[in-house]
Amino acid sequence: MDALDSGKEIKSKKKAGDIIFENITLLFALILVGLVVFIAIEMFLDSSQSRSKFGFGFIFSQNWDPVKEEFGALTFIYGTIVSSLLALLISLPVSIGVAVFLSEIIHKSLRTSISFLIEILAAIPSIIYGFWGIFVFAPFMRSTVQPFLNTYFGFLPFFKGQIYGTGLLTASVILAIMITPIISSITRDVLKAIPVSQREAAYALGATKWEAIKMALLNARSGILGGSVLGLGRAIGETMAVTMVIGNKAQIKESLFEPAYSMASVIANEFAEASGSIHISSLIEIGLILFGVTFIINSLARVLIYSVTRKA
Amino acid sequence: MTTSSILKNPSNLRRRKITNSVMLMLCILAAIITILPLLYIFFYTTQSGVSSLNIDFFTQLPKPVGEEGGGMANAIAGSAILIGIGAMIGIPVGILSGIYISEYSKSFISTIVKFITDVLSGVPSIIVGIFAYGIIVIPMQRFSALAGGFALGILMIPTITKITEEMLKLVPQSLREASLALGVSRWKTTLKIVLKTASSGIVTGVLLAIARAAGETAPLLFTSFGNSFWQTSIDEPMAALPLQIFAYAISPYDDWHRQAWAGAFVLIFLVFVVNLIVRIVTRNKFSGNL
Amino acid sequence: MMDIEILKEGVFDEADDSEKNPEKEYKNAVSTKDLSVYFNKRAAIDKISLKIKKNTVTAIIGPSGCGKSTFLRSLNLMHDLVPKARVFGEIFIHNEDINNFNAVDIRKKVGMVFQKPNPFPTMSIYDNVVAGLKLNGYHKKSELDEIAEKNLKYSGLWEEVKDRLKTPAVSLSGGQQQRLCIARTIAVKPEIILMDEPSSALDPISTSKIEELIYHFREYYTIIIVTHNMQQAARVSDQTAFLYLGKLIEFSKTRRMFTNPKEKLTEEYVTGKFG
Repeated sequence: MDALDSGKEIKSKKKAGDIIFENITLLFALILVGLVVFIAIEMFLDSSQSRSKFGFGFIFSQNWDPVKEEFGALTFIYGTIVSSLLALLISLPVSIGVAVFLSEIIHKSLRTSISFLIEILAAIPSIIYGFWGIFVFAPFMRSTVQPFLNTYFGFLPFFKGQIYGTGLLTASVILAIMITPIISSITRDVLKAIPVSQREAAYALGATKWEAIKMALLNARSGILGGSVLGLGRAIGETMAVTMVIGNKAQIKESLFEPAYSMASVIANEFAEASGSIHISSLIEIGLILFGVTFIINSLARVLIYSVTRKA
Repeated sequence: MTTSSILKNPSNLRRRKITNSVMLMLCILAAIITILPLLYIFFYTTQSGVSSLNIDFFTQLPKPVGEEGGGMANAIAGSAILIGIGAMIGIPVGILSGIYISEYSKSFISTIVKFITDVLSGVPSIIVGIFAYGIIVIPMQRFSALAGGFALGILMIPTITKITEEMLKLVPQSLREASLALGVSRWKTTLKIVLKTASSGIVTGVLLAIARAAGETAPLLFTSFGNSFWQTSIDEPMAALPLQIFAYAISPYDDWHRQAWAGAFVLIFLVFVVNLIVRIVTRNKFSGNL
Repeated sequence: MMDIEILKEGVFDEADDSEKNPEKEYKNAVSTKDLSVYFNKRAAIDKISLKIKKNTVTAIIGPSGCGKSTFLRSLNLMHDLVPKARVFGEIFIHNEDINNFNAVDIRKKVGMVFQKPNPFPTMSIYDNVVAGLKLNGYHKKSELDEIAEKNLKYSGLWEEVKDRLKTPAVSLSGGQQQRLCIARTIAVKPEIILMDEPSSALDPISTSKIEELIYHFREYYTIIIVTHNMQQAARVSDQTAFLYLGKLIEFSKTRRMFTNPKEKLTEEYVTGKFG
């Protein structure tokens, strides 16, 4: 039956106070949305000089010369993409292991404290990771990890050449440490959203614990993918820790031991001291690319995560 | 594979059991290698930080290059001022937009707002720094605490919005109904019943946002900029603890490194305490009595 | 129980015939005409028309999902809270169209007691009783004290709580909490009280205390009570409405409903053949 057949609708009148209050909260909610739009517009406008001078070539040029005022972002894009993907590659299996450990293996009484420790890991300021990276982790990479990789895997082009300590590999490992809590906590959430009955059914068929877990992980895969994409987004935008350990050298080299440069790092290092307006404009264009990429990646991640957790 | 076929094939069963043990061991290993860096960072920072921490650190200004001693008093005060400015932006926008998402969630707009909140929380903090630079530093033609605080405020918003939304959603619908049924208007119900019931959770969310903002460095690099002297007017460049740590950490002087560790320890201690409070408060929240 | 029976006898003959006696119309506390509520275009209640006299107790019975609560909640405009709900038809409160009021004023006239006791957890016992007044900006302490005491006495809770008025309301037992909620409801001086299965979450002793209150309240208020318990309907009400699949099947005096119902469906329900 159509509702409209049923006669006059009763709609209670809203009091003025309610209308005002709802609209105030709406206004602030719109401020939040407006901010994101405003950020995009502002960066688009402020990068116009660079965009009109270099065009799309900006993305494909390795040239970064503030003196000659020639700017191209490729080396930074390369550094960001490689360090983030490598970080994800290292972090993903570990994160899944942590999520399984916390949700399936560890006894309840210890779970709270261990997961608290891992949450803290996500809350430590990036500057402290960077500081620790320079003084503790990079020397460790130089003295132990990189010589080991060089000796046993040196036949691969990634692990050849001069060992510096700071560089692409070190930045990737620090990023991996930083994004593991994010990916593992989302993996835990999506594992929780998988019905217990499924696992019980697997046990009833004689599956081992790991087989039951594997099935749950497979069922949660789009959520885990979402968590990974979210972690990737975080790694791409990470600034201070990377700036302090990546080496800050604008170059594209095969070896992961070599120093590199990331998009966020070049902004952090050069923005305050940039001389010409075209230099600033180019840095803002890098910011715009960074913003666009993280925006798309985060949107994608949220859609993937919602798709799993909403069903539960 | 059926149960009977598994039982008929003992070697297969053994292999599956070994796989099971190996994979579970690997999961435990994963947890250990995740926690190890945390413990390392924590103890290393504590060890290097506490030994360098003294009264001067909290009361003295930085000494010029080459002179031993001095402290980060101006940076600590600067961070407090920057966070204060940030809180004035982040708290109202965060709480009110959180109320909108939770209490008026019927609309398409609230879905958008929720989505944008999640996306904003993933926007790199340095981008927010560029934004603050563009709309405050350029028009004012100088770096200022105002620009830095503004950037921190924007970064606080998504955390506060999200926690507010989640805490308000934990408030049982029956309490809203009880209040409305007494002839209390909706907005008074929201403020005096719903928000009040969720207040301790929201306070922890604000604390969390503040702790996070306290450690933010990237958005301050070209907004607040840093300052070696006392500065309390918000239209001037201002020192901040993380900026000072960064400057000292990349310097070549041992004494500055020592002080940077002390600063790092203060930050990590703040993060730890706030997270502990959040844990305790949210665990006891709404348990048993509702 | 005898008292209740005797009292009921007195009002029985007036039920059902208000339409024949238009001059008695003013006695209607609540009347609805073709009242329908839709959730997402699905009718939860469908064209319900009935008239409820002042100072009577009306029970609404029916199997779960029949729309009892939906009907009740439309009378104090509680469907406002549900975004997908739409209400059609007419509702008159004391013969005045409900559209002439805003929700806040209606809810002051038409109080509500809920299925699960829902005292405000952040408030003390005392603050709960006067919550409706305080939240609406009434702060005179001496009068609030008096109101709190009076309403706690009316709801039979005073003796149990007078020494701990400042303790949190959630420290009370379920039955006490429900009587506190009743005190809180009557403190804003409603004329009509809606009760949505008020004792379904309570033990038998607390239930009998609530029923006792309903019996006494008849003198001051018009009460509409939703119940899934037919014995309770029989014990406390003057007239009963039987709802089935969103439609009003029968509305008669309670005694007739349970002894000699007009409709076959009612008979099957009250004798327990379905439900």
